[in-house]
Amino acid sequence: MTTPEPRLKTGRSGKRLLEKFGLTQLIIPFVALLFLVLLNLFVDPSFFKIALEKSSTGYYILSGNLISIIDNGSELAILAIGMTLVTSASGGQDISVGSAIAIAGSIVLRVIKGLSPSISGGELAVYLIFAFVLCVVASALFGAFNGSLVAFFKIQPMVATLILFTAGRSIAAWINNNENISITDDRFKYFGNFLPGIPVPTPVFISAVCMIVIALVLKFTNLRLYSQAVGINASSSRLNGINPKMIKLLSFIILGVCVAVCGFIKVSRTASITYAVIANNIEMDAILAVALGGNNLGGGKFNMTASIIGAYVIQFLTTTLFKLKVSSSAISAYKAVVVIFLIILSAPVVRKWLGDLKNKHIASRAKVKKEGV
Amino acid sequence: MEQGTVLEMRGICKYFPGVRALEQVDFTLREGEIHALMGENGAGKSTLIKVLTGVYPKDAGAIYLAGVDGQVHIKSPQDAQNNGIATVYQEITLCPNLTVAENMYIGRTRSALTNWQKMNSDAGKLLDELGIPAHPKQQLGNCSIAVQQMVAIARAVDMECKVLILDEPTSSLDEQEVQKLFGLMRDLKKKGVGIIFVTHFLEQVYEVCDRITVLRDGQLVGEYIIEDLPRVQLVSKMLGKDFDDMADIKSDSDTDNIDYSSTPVYEAIGLTGTTGIKPFDFRIHKGEVNGFTGLLGSGRSESVRAIFGADRVTRGRVMIDGRPVKIRKPLDAMKHGISYLPEDRKRDGIVGDLSVRDNIILALQVMKGFFKPFSRAQAEQFADEYIKLLNIKTASSETPIKSLSGGNQQKVILARWLLANPVYLILDEPTRGIDVGTKVEIQKLVLKLAAEGKSVTFISSEIDEMIRTCSRLVVMRDGKVVGELKGEDLNQNKIMATIAGGES
Repeated sequence: MTTPEPRLKTGRSGKRLLEKFGLTQLIIPFVALLFLVLLNLFVDPSFFKIALEKSSTGYYILSGNLISIIDNGSELAILAIGMTLVTSASGGQDISVGSAIAIAGSIVLRVIKGLSPSISGGELAVYLIFAFVLCVVASALFGAFNGSLVAFFKIQPMVATLILFTAGRSIAAWINNNENISITDDRFKYFGNFLPGIPVPTPVFISAVCMIVIALVLKFTNLRLYSQAVGINASSSRLNGINPKMIKLLSFIILGVCVAVCGFIKVSRTASITYAVIANNIEMDAILAVALGGNNLGGGKFNMTASIIGAYVIQFLTTTLFKLKVSSSAISAYKAVVVIFLIILSAPVVRKWLGDLKNKHIASRAKVKKEGV
Repeated sequence: MEQGTVLEMRGICKYFPGVRALEQVDFTLREGEIHALMGENGAGKSTLIKVLTGVYPKDAGAIYLAGVDGQVHIKSPQDAQNNGIATVYQEITLCPNLTVAENMYIGRTRSALTNWQKMNSDAGKLLDELGIPAHPKQQLGNCSIAVQQMVAIARAVDMECKVLILDEPTSSLDEQEVQKLFGLMRDLKKKGVGIIFVTHFLEQVYEVCDRITVLRDGQLVGEYIIEDLPRVQLVSKMLGKDFDDMADIKSDSDTDNIDYSSTPVYEAIGLTGTTGIKPFDFRIHKGEVNGFTGLLGSGRSESVRAIFGADRVTRGRVMIDGRPVKIRKPLDAMKHGISYLPEDRKRDGIVGDLSVRDNIILALQVMKGFFKPFSRAQAEQFADEYIKLLNIKTASSETPIKSLSGGNQQKVILARWLLANPVYLILDEPTRGIDVGTKVEIQKLVLKLAAEGKSVTFISSEIDEMIRTCSRLVVMRDGKVVGELKGEDLNQNKIMATIAGGES
């Protein structure tokens, strides 16, 4: 049993091979990004201009398309984090995140509005924290609701989350008696716009914090190993002492927290809410971000970085289309065309096919060698 | 192509990331012969079959079929079927959620509409003819694995194939069922069907086969007529060295000095669960190797699953080292030093897409806790250590476990549980579907572990394997423990008699 292992030349170092594989997954969103960058360079190089301008509030702020992309892409990037985990552990997607954002935002407005008569100066910070904590708890509970349907009742994630998808916006409206709430205190807008004196939009910092937190969680816990194992083979995971139900539940709760953060940013941007429109269709973009990252929507292995880049690619695409003066009613159709192309490129079948082509090449070389001897 | 040849494969090559699975392999199948395809784990048998059946595209080489001019390009399993190549795989590849009849005819009806009544009656007739105890309208997933396997064969038989491939069909069948299958194979042979028979059971090869093709490490060793190749030579060709005689395994270690009067490492009283086993008592001592035996469905797997807490336990007391403990779920058992290698490797053992490294550290990592991941370097070190120790053939520790051969996957799972450093190790069918060489290795390992003071429960459907390794056998029938054999009673006749219930 000590026969030497047959190996290919390309597989001389298995580690390098895998690094190459990991890279392939990252390459897809990067290529898409490059494509968009080149397109814009070709059409109008001024797309990339970044300026430091004085805003209406009297502070200098950064403006330009790139700033707008990383600003407006924040919510999507944060959602992509949670969606990636849900996809990995449950092998399905949560389609209720848009509705859940409406609920989270509504809760925040309700708390601030309800307390605002008593706000005098510095107390706002306390109320904001209170509002934020409340909306995190509520969103996590809604996530737990979705998660329990999936984990304990074994309902397919898409069906399970269809309930909240349908009911969410009504619940959001009901929280505020369907009133149009708007907050007049300008300080409330800091979280969706700019902090005084800081030229970078606040959502960029918030999403950066989320990314750092998830990076630390993935590094210092076994979340990655557990959710991948559960997503690939729940039965085997259970026999290795993992509780697959808890892991699925946990992934939905984490997504709930991501939803809360998004909801908070969203209502802070305008200091108001339109129940039927807020974060409309964002669930589809979030799922798309995961797919664009080359992650298998059937669960299992995932690459968090690729998902997050995928989110920004989608935002980049949207902004590009706006700049190309595509009418807003046609934008979805254009988006779909590009997405089809990207999804096909990142499909495992296509990647396998490319790999097979390479192997065939090696095989023909091996044959030539053998015949030569 | 020569007269009388039904299939010819020339210079077949197939590569996987970092592994040369097949390199310039030739294979010839003649009309009306049963041709054994032999080789160790990872020799390339399954890969060759999958290339032939269109599951994997070949990277080089040519396939010729009788009655077809020039090369045949088989692009998909459907394509293979249309070309008269039928396959029964080692693992059941039918749909458990469809009925038996639907499984037999799925993907084969030519018209858009299905005559359900005719389909069911045809299926019923064929099942009767072959003596398969299944009803056409029964859901396949509710049948035993053996019956599922036979339904797969019935499906292949009904397809009027020219080439029938049986990939380890007998690994989950009992002796009677095997004989039934062999009868079926001989009938088909008379009709001129060429049969490719992949198996690890040497006796079976010499019982039914006409010719043998041996592969090793993805390369062709040779093709032989069965009379020209004595058993010992076959094994040495498969291993690529002289045969390591199995008979002397037992003498390697001394299992007689177990102190039966000491406190058992594990003891259960009146243990029972929801899986249909009757309450049973069981104890195992330090350094002991015991076995559970019985026919398929006798409850031997269910018993050890109850010990590990894999299925819900409803009643019974459990003591570890004499202290009462509660084992409700696998993690409880793991924390008390019990390891369990499950019977169904594909379903319960491997985590397919994860790397060999992650698969090895999984159990120990879970025991260590959610908030305490191993460092990359530490995990790497564990993986490399066990890959070397168990001689696991893999391109690297990063390779996904699913691209390894069956026996090497099994070794990875074994490594996982050895790494967990158990005091009591349960191995349910660790040698199923793997080659002779690895079987011997695993048996030796079991005895070595026992000699080191660990307790092992070893389950195998091959009785001689159990006799070689176990010092005590628990015999089960219909979910009930019907006997316990040790010492001089541990012989084939006595065991058979106890299993059958013919004790005097």
